[in-house]
Amino acid sequence: MSGEIIDLAVIGAGPAGMAAATVAADLGLDVTVFDENPAPGGQIYRGIEAVATKRASDLAMLGPAYEAGKTIVSAFRASKAKHQPNTSVWLVQKDRQLGIASGGRASMVQARRILIASGAQERPVPIPGWTLPGVMLAGATQGLLKSAGMVPSGPVVLAGNGPLLYQLGAQLAAAGAKVTALLETEARYGAALQHLPGAIASGGYLAKGLGLISAIRKAGVPIRRNVTGLKAIGKDHVEAVEFAANGRAWRLDCEVLCLHQGVVSNAQLTLAIPAKHEWNEAQRCWRPVTDAWGNTDLEGIAVAGDCGGIGGAEAAAHAGRIAACEAARALGKIDAPQRDTRASGDRSAWERHLRIRPFLDALYPPSRAIAVPADDVTLCRCEEVTAGEVRAAVRQGGTGPNQVKSFTRTGMGPCQGRMCALTVSEVIADQLGKSMAEVGTYRVRFPIKPLTVGELASLE
Amino acid sequence: MFRRLHTSSSTLTITLDGVALKVAPGDSVAAAVLASGNPACRQTPVTGSDRAPFCMMGACFDCLVEIDGVPNRQACLVEVREGMQVRRQARPTLVADRLAS
Repeated sequence: MSGEIIDLAVIGAGPAGMAAATVAADLGLDVTVFDENPAPGGQIYRGIEAVATKRASDLAMLGPAYEAGKTIVSAFRASKAKHQPNTSVWLVQKDRQLGIASGGRASMVQARRILIASGAQERPVPIPGWTLPGVMLAGATQGLLKSAGMVPSGPVVLAGNGPLLYQLGAQLAAAGAKVTALLETEARYGAALQHLPGAIASGGYLAKGLGLISAIRKAGVPIRRNVTGLKAIGKDHVEAVEFAANGRAWRLDCEVLCLHQGVVSNAQLTLAIPAKHEWNEAQRCWRPVTDAWGNTDLEGIAVAGDCGGIGGAEAAAHAGRIAACEAARALGKIDAPQRDTRASGDRSAWERHLRIRPFLDALYPPSRAIAVPADDVTLCRCEEVTAGEVRAAVRQGGTGPNQVKSFTRTGMGPCQGRMCALTVSEVIADQLGKSMAEVGTYRVRFPIKPLTVGELASLE
Repeated sequence: MFRRLHTSSSTLTITLDGVALKVAPGDSVAAAVLASGNPACRQTPVTGSDRAPFCMMGACFDCLVEIDGVPNRQACLVEVREGMQVRRQARPTLVADRLAS
């Protein structure tokens, strides 16, 4: 370790991390943002600088919500916050030491405060055939569109539910991709209705959503509702998707199948430290327990943005600024009344953006049949373990995810449970008739990103 | 499997399994593989089935490839560079295989 102590280490250069770093630097903190991507933006604003300068013609197709990232990235670039791209954070300790790796070398960094802004990941979508090449998460295809200006060259089918799926459908259609159909697994308008006042009060989200659906329809893409029994078919590559809708069986040829069941907090880091977590029933994912400023139960370690609960990009930026004010207070740069004043605008905007969430959470629940799949479906992509094998392990006395992990190797592969943890716990909870809160999740262990022996040896 | 909206952007050359491939600056290695015609990055250690990029955000680890001699790099997180040598990863031989043979 170099001996230098930084005031605030921010993990992740998405909207929450960038906004936090910008404000914290402005308030006089020595800030460094660590991010494993080459450029700032996170998933939502992926590639925004390159698109704005080299592919400006793509901005119209990607939409105004994406273009909004230009402002936040340029403010971050103009700030005194340091940015360490291509850097993975593989360790965070309670004493606020970080283990980082970049360019084949690892090192330790000591921070006075840590802000974890690791965002969201897509919920796993374990359907038959989901490991076939050509089957991708919707956000993966959207990421390719943003960062590389690439679209599926053959017919593409979108399946699942959630706002991202509609946004992707509209973007792909505008980009000239052959979108064969959008297959919606579930949309509970009745359950969502009671949250309509909040949705309206949250601003332009409803209009934006209706606009996306209308754009998809105008492009001539059929939308099939209440789709069940999704199955990816193919030998070495996805060739078709099979499903049931309107009381009959369907088969659509495709070269790319984009799956989506919403996004969940990326709690890998906070679970590993570990900070205290709770099960969020409405969003069906784990989140670290925080106070109104994003502080976890661990001294000096806070979270902001989607890793603390799904709120979307705009809410994340406000949460980042709120957390930055708190960091400046905790480190003595401002006092509590100054913090409250400085954060008040962001707090009211943050609360306004969050008012759409109960509506969206109720409207687009993850499909139970997908979350708790049939015996022959692969749950753990890395170790290729099926739901049936997990159920057999439970029958043999594996009462929780950690026992099932030792019995079956689920979660022991390179993704360290990122793609199976939720499903494994859902299957166990379903079989034992317990709640997710009772069943819990894997004990996540450091290093949470791959570290070569060479990198480890480079530690001083 | 994927095509570029801006074909003129491919100005760099990498090799994929020894074959030259034109790519664009800023492409991730995973994007380059997806645009190559064969999206597979690796075979799984258990059954040897092909895997291609799935999440494109560093979470799924299906896009692990060998880059300039270093195996198990996450292709979606590494940017292409002129002359980069990328290799798909075949199913490794496991201790269990040796015991079985």
